[in-house]
Amino acid sequence: MSADASHATAAFSVMEHLPILLVAVPMIGAAVVAMTRNSNLAWFISLVISLAMPILAGLLLHEVYKAGVISYALGGWEPPYGIEYRVDVANAFVLLIVSVMATFALLYAKRVVEEDIADHNRPWFYTMYLLCLCGLLGIAVTGDAFNAFVFLEVSSLSTYAMIAMGRDRRALVAAYQYLVMGTIGATLYVLGVGILFAMTGTLNFADMAERLKDVEETRPVFAALAFITVGLSLKIALFPLHKWLPNAYAYAPSMATVFLASTATKVAIYLLVRFIYSIYAPIVDFGSSSSVSVIVGLSLLAMFTASFVACTQKNVERMLAFSSVAQIGYITLGVSFGSKLGLTGGLVHLLNHAVMKGALFMCTGAIMLRLGSVKLDDMAGIGRKMPITMALFVLAGLSLIGVPGTVGFVSKWYLALASFEAGHGWLAFAIMASSLLAVVYIGRVVEVAYFREPTMKVMMSKEPPVMMLVPMVLLVVACFYFGIDAEYTAETAEKAADVFLTGMGGAAQ
Amino acid sequence: MMTMDSLLLFTILLPLLAAVGILVFSRYPNMREGITIVTAIVLLFEVINVYDYFQGGQVPAVGPFQVLPGLEIAFNVEPLGMLFALIASILWIINSIYSIGYMRGNNEPRQTQFYICFAVSIFGVMGIAFSANLFTLFLFYEVLTLATYPLVTHKGNDDAKKGGRLYLLILLGTSMLLLLPAIIWTGFLAGTMDFTAGGILDGKASSGVLLVLMLLFMFGIGKAALMPFHFWLPAAMVAPTPVSALLHAVAVVKAGVFTVVKVIVYVFGIDLLKETGAGDWLLYAAGFTVIAASLVAIRQDNIKKRLAYSTVSQLSYVVLAAAILAPISMIGAAMHIAAHAVSKITLFFAAGSIYTAAHKTEVSQLNGIGWKMPITMAAFAVGALSMIGLPPTAGFLGKWFMLSGAVSTGQWFAVGVIVVSTMLNAGYFLPILYRAFLMKPDVEGDHGEAPLGILIAISATAIGTILLFLFPGVAFDLASKMVGL
Repeated sequence: MSADASHATAAFSVMEHLPILLVAVPMIGAAVVAMTRNSNLAWFISLVISLAMPILAGLLLHEVYKAGVISYALGGWEPPYGIEYRVDVANAFVLLIVSVMATFALLYAKRVVEEDIADHNRPWFYTMYLLCLCGLLGIAVTGDAFNAFVFLEVSSLSTYAMIAMGRDRRALVAAYQYLVMGTIGATLYVLGVGILFAMTGTLNFADMAERLKDVEETRPVFAALAFITVGLSLKIALFPLHKWLPNAYAYAPSMATVFLASTATKVAIYLLVRFIYSIYAPIVDFGSSSSVSVIVGLSLLAMFTASFVACTQKNVERMLAFSSVAQIGYITLGVSFGSKLGLTGGLVHLLNHAVMKGALFMCTGAIMLRLGSVKLDDMAGIGRKMPITMALFVLAGLSLIGVPGTVGFVSKWYLALASFEAGHGWLAFAIMASSLLAVVYIGRVVEVAYFREPTMKVMMSKEPPVMMLVPMVLLVVACFYFGIDAEYTAETAEKAADVFLTGMGGAAQ
Repeated sequence: MMTMDSLLLFTILLPLLAAVGILVFSRYPNMREGITIVTAIVLLFEVINVYDYFQGGQVPAVGPFQVLPGLEIAFNVEPLGMLFALIASILWIINSIYSIGYMRGNNEPRQTQFYICFAVSIFGVMGIAFSANLFTLFLFYEVLTLATYPLVTHKGNDDAKKGGRLYLLILLGTSMLLLLPAIIWTGFLAGTMDFTAGGILDGKASSGVLLVLMLLFMFGIGKAALMPFHFWLPAAMVAPTPVSALLHAVAVVKAGVFTVVKVIVYVFGIDLLKETGAGDWLLYAAGFTVIAASLVAIRQDNIKKRLAYSTVSQLSYVVLAAAILAPISMIGAAMHIAAHAVSKITLFFAAGSIYTAAHKTEVSQLNGIGWKMPITMAAFAVGALSMIGLPPTAGFLGKWFMLSGAVSTGQWFAVGVIVVSTMLNAGYFLPILYRAFLMKPDVEGDHGEAPLGILIAISATAIGTILLFLFPGVAFDLASKMVGL
């Protein structure tokens, strides 16, 4: 009986400490993995930890679905003085996306990591992965502006290290580029937070939102917004601050590309949206502000310029990277509407893009593994030798294009509807036109992969191992499943949009 | 015994199941082709069952399955869709027999892929025919585009690649850039996307918006090949002949004009278009396409290209008939969908038959071929007469109703277009018959008729062209139901 009781207490406390567990478990895991010298063991520990994360995040989402907002005082120090972890549907949604995509990336990882990274470095790579995961989850879970900065740095530094472990020396340059840009971004962000702290005397998001009302018409407050927006835009890779991204994605180890492409920029977007909607929206009328048209303009530029550039790329991973820049444009466009429909579209695309781009990078990773190259010309006729991989690539590509029945369509639907609702019907046409460019760049790969005679090298390649195919297939199935039954994903995104639109006022439990 | 609703669902899903079966038995060609034939026969049987329920006054329906709030997948039976499904499923059987003869006779590669894509295309057609709202229609419209792309590019050479590129870019381009925004806009304005008798847009939009929507819809439905978005159709002729025959003379293009009629009747509503004049321009756009495409057809020496431009022209007949906005011309539109289907598939079968037996692809090579391939060329003659619109062939009926509609509403432009184009039709079909039967062959060839499978198919559709003239009951009945007569 006493065993039962203690079990019940333990279960209870897990539920109570969910927010901190999301950060603490991967952090401790990173320390453990750093001490192992066996790469298989390192992978296995990372996998166990990664598998636990979606469960924790899922439980958390379930909790906030019922309870509204969960506030967790770190170390028992009450907010706003201590660090508060504050979870609502919006960040629980992001936490779930990040943790699920991380798990898929790790399931997929083992074989490609063996290929890309020397044996003695593999445990380090998994350490960096866990640290990065810890940082990303931390940004999403925290309700404290400076704590978010700390996690931003944790995730960034580990990302630089992961990218630098790439296949050849170009990875070092790519990592260095990102290091410079990322550091500038983080600096700008912390400057903005510093100004806000000076003006309001608090770092707590909810508290800050309240206290900003007292200083609403002051210049430093707007300067802080500018610093934060530009700083985070660098991490988001919002056009034209995206220069670091294509090389980083193309030359990083395949596993890192899959992981980063489906998580890192998404978390940065979340943080920016949090600042704009939950903290600044009460004091700034974004509807009449010209800063919104700047975001709309940049989003459109991203959607078109980056897509055009994607059409000219010779390296398929770089092509997909430019496509990511364009897709980020969709998300920021949705966010800029300031309406429930637009925000829902942006947030649901956060998830949808993570799933489909994850799947696409997994396919290119598999081709890299077997062929040793993802240059378009080297992939001639690969559709015949790696039929499953290429079929998955094409299916995920269709989702990227946004044909009906895929998740890409669901995103486009919301965004176009939001355009008409806002009285800017022309934006709907712009969205469609830019997705037509996706037809071109995906189509180029299809033509090369299916209509050209295989080269000798291609003749010798074969499908990747089942361990890699399984997560690929699952993600592609998700692309279609959530395209036909989007009720759950869209409803969650809609609830998250509600959270942002109602501000931080919700009562914490 | 299945309920009528599950029967409808099964009818739609059956071709998809067949695709899976074809994949499983890809190593056993006879089993594989057996699956195609059996599925086609069962499908026709199912469609006829659905038709029986429908004639009995019941409306089988499936769904709605909610994708998101406001976005639903739903099917039901409606007269025009019923007619489309009947045509497609009857012709699929004949075309399958023809395909097997053609693909084996010409030793085509990648036949499994061919039959799978074909089955998926038919799945798309069934989905389109029974769709109950704009989103469902659009979903299957795109399925059809994507499933036919591998068929168009089947040969895998540079020509196929180029043709496929044009095919995909124009069809996806128009549907994504024009049709989809129109659908979303309509849904936003009307609050529903269900096909409803009398339309859903009445009182929901200004006449200016209606005009823009009409433009978006009509040009967005690229499969109807309204100029200037018709280039994909000639480009699609690089496909193997069975594909051109069933898909690019029947399934894909009919899906286009079917969508046009559906949008005019069930989204805008005939009365609304009459009141606001938002669709007046369509008459001229369609009339222009009818004449211009015929003029281009006259200049084509390649048989399939000439047939393709003839299709472009004939499709705009349907659009023209719908744009006249008279109930009787709507019946003409529906009848012409059926008539053109059986006639044009006959003509393509004949072209494929000539290619298989004599390896000839140009009109100028056909001198005297009528006496070497009498069955093929007799069938060709029936198809050609139907295209011109002469009795006793099906083509006469559609034109007759269209003309009646145009005359009764005083649309003299439409009357003029039909008269002039009839002469042009004669101008590009009769010379072929003249060459085939009345001119002496240039060189004595030693070829005879095409293989038996091809001849069976070709005779069946030629006879069908005449039968539809003699017994237009089912088609006429469904067409009248559509306009509520």
